[in-house]
Amino acid sequence: MKWDEFFVTGDPMIYGADVSIVLTMVGILFYLTKYKKWKWLWDEWLTTVDHKKLGIMYIVSAVLMLFRGGVDALLMRTQLAVPEAKFLDSQHYNEIFTTHGTIMIIFMAMPFLIGLINVVVPLQIGARDVAYPYLNAVSFWTFFIGAMLFNISFVIGGSPSAGWTSYMPLASNELSPGPGQNYYLLGLQIAGIGTLLTGINFLVTILKMRAPGMTLFRMPMFTWSSLVTMVIIIFAFPILTVALALMTFDRLFGSHFFTLQGAGMDMLWANLFWLWGHPEVYIVILPAFGMFSEIISTFSRKTLFGYKAMIWSMLLIAGYSFLVWVHHFFTMGSGALVNSVFSITTMAIGIPTGVKIFNWLFTMYRGKIQFTTPMLWSLGFIVNFVIGGVTGVMLAMAAADYQYHNTYFLVSHFHYVLIAGTVFACFAGLIYWYPKMFGYKLNERIGKWVFWVFTIGFNVCFFPQYFLGLDGMPRRVYTYSEESGWGPLNMVSTIGGFMMGIAFLILVYNMYYSFRYAKRETTGDAWDGRTLEWSTPTAMPPFYNFAKIPEVTGLDHFWRQKQAGKVEKLKAEDIKPIHMPSNSGVPFIMASFFFVAGFGMVFDWMWMAIAGMIGVFATLIYRSFEYNDGYYVSVEEVIETEKISK
Amino acid sequence: MAHAETHDPNTPLEYRSETGRLNILGFWIFLGAEIALFATLFATYMVLEHRIADGPSPGELFEVKSLLIQTFLLLTSSFTCGLAVHEMRRQNVKGLITWMAITLGLGLGFLYFEIEEFLHFIHEGANIGTSAAWSGFFVLVGTHGAHVTFGIFWVTMVLIQVAKRGLTPATSAKVFITSLYWHFLDVVWIFIFTAVYLMGMVMHNG
Repeated sequence: MKWDEFFVTGDPMIYGADVSIVLTMVGILFYLTKYKKWKWLWDEWLTTVDHKKLGIMYIVSAVLMLFRGGVDALLMRTQLAVPEAKFLDSQHYNEIFTTHGTIMIIFMAMPFLIGLINVVVPLQIGARDVAYPYLNAVSFWTFFIGAMLFNISFVIGGSPSAGWTSYMPLASNELSPGPGQNYYLLGLQIAGIGTLLTGINFLVTILKMRAPGMTLFRMPMFTWSSLVTMVIIIFAFPILTVALALMTFDRLFGSHFFTLQGAGMDMLWANLFWLWGHPEVYIVILPAFGMFSEIISTFSRKTLFGYKAMIWSMLLIAGYSFLVWVHHFFTMGSGALVNSVFSITTMAIGIPTGVKIFNWLFTMYRGKIQFTTPMLWSLGFIVNFVIGGVTGVMLAMAAADYQYHNTYFLVSHFHYVLIAGTVFACFAGLIYWYPKMFGYKLNERIGKWVFWVFTIGFNVCFFPQYFLGLDGMPRRVYTYSEESGWGPLNMVSTIGGFMMGIAFLILVYNMYYSFRYAKRETTGDAWDGRTLEWSTPTAMPPFYNFAKIPEVTGLDHFWRQKQAGKVEKLKAEDIKPIHMPSNSGVPFIMASFFFVAGFGMVFDWMWMAIAGMIGVFATLIYRSFEYNDGYYVSVEEVIETEKISK
Repeated sequence: MAHAETHDPNTPLEYRSETGRLNILGFWIFLGAEIALFATLFATYMVLEHRIADGPSPGELFEVKSLLIQTFLLLTSSFTCGLAVHEMRRQNVKGLITWMAITLGLGLGFLYFEIEEFLHFIHEGANIGTSAAWSGFFVLVGTHGAHVTFGIFWVTMVLIQVAKRGLTPATSAKVFITSLYWHFLDVVWIFIFTAVYLMGMVMHNG
């Protein structure tokens, strides 16, 4: 392979990206060296097993990926703004919608939510860490390396271009030659390992690490939603693992699972993909539901309405999520009976979801509502998500779906549920728990600007797309003719897209502004909260979270303690030495070997893939022989940290 | 990561530390994910089983003798693995290592016959690229074989730790978890034996 095949060449925008990547890398290396931050980076971040720091790293990565996926989106909207535009060619457009979809789902939405789960769930259940802190670091680093492997494709080797669904035979060697599609397969495979491990880790954490007295039906709703999500992950991700592996075998080793030759079955890929893919959309929406439940309850000053109904609806949704996958391809032609069954299961999901919507409304009913930014995002969610939900039920009708299939109607529908659901929740959760992570709030006034610009931009961008879809505009086309008459609505849509981009920039500015000027929190209870994460005496909990593990007597324990004026003061004699896990550099090193192995597979350089896998196994063996039982934090250190006066 | 040790003498060693209990529960859940993984592979094979293009059908090439030898070796290894854990519960390190070594020997024997069988199929003109049916066969049965291979390395590493450190709550939990893994592979084999080999041969030979 020559160097000009190895690096992507010929496109000025790619050269621009090359230059900015190199400049950023040099800038980071220069900063770390000049300010002697290498040791800090290694000790505090790269080797950490603290769930809060890992959570913050997940969120930072997710925000970077939101930027990357957002730039992809704006490039697409620019190309589509006017008919027959020449901004992107068809291949480049295909690459961009592929990376946009993949990055937004796998490397933005999921890590953003998993990051917030990491930060919040152990605190909410009154635990000092997760069940397997070391494994948690492995999860983060495999996700991060998978994301990086996928992201370098656009400068080295070329991006995948078969869509985030990668349907066969389009994604086969014949129609998608080169390493692009392999990046998709390997990047997702490596990141998927991390997700599965997170699923096991947090399921055990929630089942086994809860503070005394916190029975399952006293858990905060966000913890409940995380629990249900983890169960879905555990049963859905192995399906993706297999599907990706089988396509990898088709592309690298000549097997015939999904190929047109050798009696392969291309629709088997679609079935396997959506057998994972539909549960996946609930993996990214249930934690969002959980966050809205917390936020709406906190800012309505009321206990969540219908707590148990909320839980049972989530369990129902989790069950149904595995029974609806065929609705992604009603047009496959499975026949009236099969389509009808899947049509009905799909509509049935609307019932528990509707229950949840009404529960949020009844939580607000007669509450003393405070219109903080997290609450605004939650209210915006209810309105916009319902639009997405209603169009979802329209799409669920199999016969009607033949009209909507593969049009912008569908594109608009899933952006209404994924943005108004998941992205609104990520913003709401980030703002809500920001003081827990960084010790100060984001500025509320700027935050409201972000909310209004983003929400209006979102509707301006996607509402016209329903009508473009009904008018027959197919998705995934890089341009359209003047005569189609789709020009004006596309222009409107593009304007909305750029408004969302501006809102993102204001959000980033708000992070900088608040870092400089925000008032630092003096207590751990920034929003007058209800659940245990707000009960720590300091704004940012110390690395061991709780000096003394709380004892829980009911739902909203902390809130009821405050109401009764009985918040316990920590006393020096209550404090015992705290056992904590040791930091480890192994997860980072293991993930780096995964990168080597994955990169080798992408280019079909088997020597490199084997060398990388040997490295992975070597780190596994090293870890197995390492007997590190952690260490104890002394009583004096805890007293010092908690500033208890004797 | 609390390290509350339970000292009830009736509690098996592997359940006495908090870490041991958590790891064993976590591994059970991991086996749940493994079930989803193998279920997907089984479903794939069953969908593709009859899509043989111009090649032979799997049932045509299966041979009873090799199948029975493999089955006998693997099922026996599960039994000896159980004996090893039984010896561990009696605090008998020597018995544990002996029975586990026998288990590994049987596992290696299984792999030998499986690889020999694969080579035989390839010799007969059926490899991973012959048809969808054979792709499904080699990846399903091969994934099981790869699990057995990984298991042999893993158990060996754990036995070295037991030999060096003796039976502690940490090492005994590791032995117990590897035994769960080994029994699980046995269960998967029973499904492969039935759904792939027996049904394949019955359908081919009527």
